[in-house]
Amino acid sequence: MSKKKIVAEETNFQKNDAFNLTMIPGAFARKMRTCLIWQFIRFITINIKMIIVVGKSH
Amino acid sequence: MARLVVLGGGVAGHTTATFAARWLGSEHEVVVVTPNAKWNWIPSNIWVGVGEMKKEEVTFDLAPVYAKAGITYRQAKAVSINPEGGESSDQPFVTIEYTSADKAGQSETIEYDYLVNATGPKLNFGATPGLGEGSQLGEHTVSVCTSDHAVHAFEKLTEAIEKMKAGTRQKILVGTGHGMCTCQGAAFEYIFNIEHELRKAGVRDMADIKWISNESFLGDFGMGGLHLKVGGFVVSSKLFAESLFAERNVEWIIGAHVSKVEEGKVHYELLDGSTGEEEFDFSMLIPPFAGVGLKAYNKAGEDITDTVFAPNGFMKVDANYNAGAYENWKASDWPKTYQNPTYKNMFAAGIAFAPPHIISKPMSSPNGTPINPTPPRTGMPSGIIGKTVAHSVCALIAKGENAHLHEASMAKMGAACVASAGKGVFTGTAAAMTVYPVVPDFEKYPGTGRDTNYTFGEIGLAGHWIKHILHHLFIYKAKLNPGWTLIPE
Ligand SMILES: Cc1cc2nc3c(=O)[nH]c(=O)nc-3n(C[C@H](O)[C@H](O)[C@H](O)COP(=O)(O)OP(=O)(O)OC[C@H]3O[C@@H](n4cnc5c(N)ncnc54)[C@H](O)[C@@H]3O)c2cc1C
Repeated sequence: MSKKKIVAEETNFQKNDAFNLTMIPGAFARKMRTCLIWQFIRFITINIKMIIVVGKSH
Repeated sequence: MARLVVLGGGVAGHTTATFAARWLGSEHEVVVVTPNAKWNWIPSNIWVGVGEMKKEEVTFDLAPVYAKAGITYRQAKAVSINPEGGESSDQPFVTIEYTSADKAGQSETIEYDYLVNATGPKLNFGATPGLGEGSQLGEHTVSVCTSDHAVHAFEKLTEAIEKMKAGTRQKILVGTGHGMCTCQGAAFEYIFNIEHELRKAGVRDMADIKWISNESFLGDFGMGGLHLKVGGFVVSSKLFAESLFAERNVEWIIGAHVSKVEEGKVHYELLDGSTGEEEFDFSMLIPPFAGVGLKAYNKAGEDITDTVFAPNGFMKVDANYNAGAYENWKASDWPKTYQNPTYKNMFAAGIAFAPPHIISKPMSSPNGTPINPTPPRTGMPSGIIGKTVAHSVCALIAKGENAHLHEASMAKMGAACVASAGKGVFTGTAAAMTVYPVVPDFEKYPGTGRDTNYTFGEIGLAGHWIKHILHHLFIYKAKLNPGWTLIPE
């Protein structure tokens, strides 16, 4: 019998029909959400974009 | 000397009053009438509701701030407006009723030259039986709309967590308490903060968490949804939201009008006309919003509330209220100056203005029950509108009635929304979203109705940092600390 291969972030697909029809982030995407270096870069980028939107709105 | 009276000291009213006082100087008078002694940074109530912040961290006393700004402060609620004056004078006035402990219940009239109505929403708990009319806290459910509500919500959440720790499974239900609610974003933040807190407390596996909302699809947010650029694709916010719900194992019921709330149970009707029940142990349901119920009278004392206010109680402004069917709706229906069409010295800012129509596609069940989100007027638009109206009033005072009025249409304005999904400097995350413009303009941006270079969203720690910084920045600004005018709305 082959061994079970559990991918933790994929188990939720089976919990609900609606979950099964959407996308769920994999391990890499999740890791990047709290990766300090990447998030620092995103922090700067999002801030710049938000400042532009604020500027366009006034 | 001219007198500007601002009704409501929330996001919009506080912005109007503080800028107007600064620009007008001591030559003219700015009066704020607002029932609370404290200012509340409402978005952070979410963190009070999960015990990550204390009420004192999201509120501060208004009196010293207004004293510093030279603003006359009345801790009272406005009751009625007489825009043509009364028997003895043509000078318009408002009637107020004090709420401060020393003068509670006493009435007074205040004459004005210009009036800004920024009274925000009435939390209309009474629209759904059992939602909490009377208690104003939620009867069987809780709310996070005020800091006191959030304190109460945290008490109830703590009880549920204790039960889980003792081995009793809990059903958690969060969302909107009526088919015509707005503010889905706040409920969205709260459900994911609860989920985060349960994981932190080690009891996530003891909870079934469910979302219930009047949106016809997840991620509508009262804006008809939005399209975001993600990983080279332009995707609907439906996919973005569903992905987060699936990842965090949060089920959803959508297109739902909550028709009745009982102890531990909600009854609802769905867009397909079917009905259902959902049980809960802990539930936070946002009540629908209405205008605060101000009355208006003409010089003869006759009731002209219908002339000044729309049926939902919000003040009529320069919007196109006759746009008709959904197919005819245009970005240009949305107001630009927020001036009342009948009484030109009256404006409405923030949630207090009557929108021309909703933004999401109108929907109703086969039984005729309308089930669609009403338009959000979040913090950034409310602040920008408040400042724009202050500009206009100052121009009218300085240059007379033909002065150019400033404009800030929600169809030309963006909104930055950061929806917290858990607090923690290194563990927190938030969905940082920017939408431009808030009201889609399909003539200018055929396809999505919005500029996808500036309509984006992503989940991560960066969003959480931004949310945290905004909390401190906006409270700093609202306290009128040095450099406050440099901080954008
Ligand atoms: C829980 C929650 C979370 C939120 N999170 C966000 C977020 O993350 N980002 C965002 O952009 N927006 C958020 N919002 C929305 C944001 O709080 C509102 O858009 C904003 O407060 C609207 O400003 P306003 O001035 O129109 O109304 P308010 O801020 O509600 O102010 C209205 C004021 O009028 C006063 N008032 C009421 N009746 C009277 C009367 N009769 N006479 C005089 N004064 C009166 C009230 O006491 C209040 O001070 C959130 C809302 C909630 C409820």
